[in-house]
Amino acid sequence: MGFIRNTFDKYKPLFDKGGKLEKFAPGFNAFDTLVFVPNHTTHEGAHIRDGVDLKRVMVTVIFAMIPALLFGMWNVGYQHFSQLGEAGTFLDYLLYGSFKFIPMIAVSYGVGLGIEFAFGIFRGHEINEGYLVSGMLIPLIMPIDLPLWMLGVSVAFAVLIGKEAFGGTGMNILNPALVARAFAYFSYAPSMSGDKVWVADASTVDAISGETILGSLASGNSELSYSVLDMFLGFIPGSVGETSVLMILIGAAFLYFTGVASWRIMLSSLVGGAVMALLFNLVGVAYPENALLNFPWWQHLMVGGFAFAIVFMATDPVSGAQTNKGKWVYGFLIGFLGIMIRIINPAYPEGIMMSILLLNVFAPTIDHYVIEGNIKKRKKRLKTA
Amino acid sequence: MSEDIRIKKGLSIKLKGKAEEAISAAPRSRIFAIQPKDFHGITPKLTVKVGAEVSVGTVLFYSKSNEQIKFTSPVSGTVSEIKRGAKRRILKVVIEAKAEDDFVDFGKEDPKGLSKEQVLTKILDSGCWPFVNQRPYDVIANPADEPKAIFISSFDTAPLASNYGFSIKEQEAAFQAGVNALSKLTQGNVHLSVNNTPTFFDKTENAVLQNVTGKHPAGNVGVQISKIAPINQGEKVWTVNPQDVVIIGNLFLTGEFRPYRTIALAGSEVAAPQYYQVTLGQEVASLLEGKINEDNTRIISGNVLTGATIASKDEFLGFYSNEISVIPEGNEYRMFGWIPFVGSGKIHSASRTSFSWLSSNKEYTLNTNMNGEERAMVVTGEMEKVFPMDIFPMQLLKAVMANDIEKMENLGIYEVAPEDFALIDYASSSKVEAQKIIREGLDLMINEVG
Repeated sequence: MGFIRNTFDKYKPLFDKGGKLEKFAPGFNAFDTLVFVPNHTTHEGAHIRDGVDLKRVMVTVIFAMIPALLFGMWNVGYQHFSQLGEAGTFLDYLLYGSFKFIPMIAVSYGVGLGIEFAFGIFRGHEINEGYLVSGMLIPLIMPIDLPLWMLGVSVAFAVLIGKEAFGGTGMNILNPALVARAFAYFSYAPSMSGDKVWVADASTVDAISGETILGSLASGNSELSYSVLDMFLGFIPGSVGETSVLMILIGAAFLYFTGVASWRIMLSSLVGGAVMALLFNLVGVAYPENALLNFPWWQHLMVGGFAFAIVFMATDPVSGAQTNKGKWVYGFLIGFLGIMIRIINPAYPEGIMMSILLLNVFAPTIDHYVIEGNIKKRKKRLKTA
Repeated sequence: MSEDIRIKKGLSIKLKGKAEEAISAAPRSRIFAIQPKDFHGITPKLTVKVGAEVSVGTVLFYSKSNEQIKFTSPVSGTVSEIKRGAKRRILKVVIEAKAEDDFVDFGKEDPKGLSKEQVLTKILDSGCWPFVNQRPYDVIANPADEPKAIFISSFDTAPLASNYGFSIKEQEAAFQAGVNALSKLTQGNVHLSVNNTPTFFDKTENAVLQNVTGKHPAGNVGVQISKIAPINQGEKVWTVNPQDVVIIGNLFLTGEFRPYRTIALAGSEVAAPQYYQVTLGQEVASLLEGKINEDNTRIISGNVLTGATIASKDEFLGFYSNEISVIPEGNEYRMFGWIPFVGSGKIHSASRTSFSWLSSNKEYTLNTNMNGEERAMVVTGEMEKVFPMDIFPMQLLKAVMANDIEKMENLGIYEVAPEDFALIDYASSSKVEAQKIIREGLDLMINEVG
């Protein structure tokens, strides 16, 4: 530890005020503070401070994603080989998956952090840790065969337009990861949807069908080749991170335990989705030919990106509702509208992502009414006093 | 007593070095000082020159904006120095003490038989008025105002805080006299909040007692006000610390300004933490000599959440401090210290990213490290967890940062004081300086609204 510290201390004067490389201080500091929690002490306000900081919060979220990430990589290999009819070992699947997936992570972090560093240096502010989570989320919600350049362009769009244009971490209105996905979806639709993208090499090898459960339901096919247990455990095609409900639940439990993500949003989204799916199930009795309508409501909650989205994306504190009451409404509407979009618009079965983006826009309005309630209470007290 | 108030939100931080329940008299220091920086918003107008002979209770200076508000000498002796800073601002009025004190006689009287004006005049003349604090704005009260109520919190829940039930238990009569005097100053009630533990406070007459329990900041008078009689726009509520009630009471019992206080000397860097009887404005060195570890430590006048740093031992006791806390400085690097759960034994956190919540009775040795760098406010809900008032703290902070006066009013700026935001300073992962922001907001309101 002493050696590394000394190395940082040796080069630090270059980046201090008046130093040769002063302009690049945010970049240097980002590395320094990544390795060492700085020796800064309190100067005003409370003399002691909590052990938590933004780095710790962000890293906690990344920890929570690891089960889904590892499983997702394994599943990339498993889907590919099993559809080809080839048997492989656990290691084969995992290696194949990581071979496919790790470049995506590298591109996402490389492009995203590159832009963040550039902004930090140009604007002279410290580099916020927000992108650490977005950078991991983005590859997890993309199809495995998405060309890397498309991924890079989407990331650049999300960070530039979705985040930095609003003032950077903490100021953005929309969830940057979803901005990346929406951008890719609307710009490169053939690579982002359809039945050829969800399993590796599905577009080039005929034997592989890349169709997801929702895709096949949307095309009117109610005969599924996957069992409910497959859906829960995640042995199905889909975006890398979102197939295994079990792994996502482990992440959710970790987030709940550490108190980092809002359980209110997770729970109310789940309830919202269940209510909507149940309503459609009731309506579905009259339309037996519509497979999506008649797909059991509780299974709706297990397929597609629903679970992943409500655990990792709806709970983004910056773009979500900020008041506790607001979080209930926000979450409920995400689930409710997400299932509605999924069922009513078969062209875009993954409605939950759209629904979160929509509610991101309305979150300030929801908060406004919650806060207005508090203000009214205060004014009423003044009148009666 | 009405129904108990239970404060569920908040955070009690247990620190090592709690003061033993024993009182020693601190040695009398050679020099004393009254420091205008202790009185927020007061511009002093001097009435003494260097070389003047003063007694206990002789006026040293008064407030430029209100001549009635006087600040008097805590000791008898000679004014030896008037220390000035930039723009000739007065920093300290230093007095070289005589061996024995003589007192200005303000007249011994039972406050029960006095009118409001008589009580007010006596408190103002003796220099006891600065003990009366006002909400909104958290400044010294204006004697011309009619307060809706006066609040006294008989207990402090801050880390390492004094236990008033112990430190002033010998002063029961003076406390009662002080409450009697204060009750003359308001048409409303004198509210005295007590904690579950039985103390002499329970027997206080002439005050409305209210049992308040729960985590810190249950003992903060601002939290109690918000639960009992929240402040509306245009209203004034006065607050007085119990030790200061005793000083006011002694004024009526003896006719003299007796600026004595029993403070806790506490913290992990104190050899034997206990209580000391001190005089306001005494030199810190006289009290701390040989009692603390001075190597890379921070001495704080007040508690670790709201106190002020005492830069060196040549400094003086603050006018309002009820404790001196001494904790280690945190000017050290921690490799990968941001990894969750690592070093839980040393890292305390209100969040559950440290296992510290599992051992809630453990006493921690916390230092002054920021544990991170200031960032944008990202995480929501963490401020609300430690803020028991019916106010949206993050939204209020943002309104202050934007200087949006109307929004500040709407969101409840009149109900808060910086100390109410101390736990937000502590717990926020964005390391926002909430107390400083609120102080600036209150100052803006004083200037714009008055």
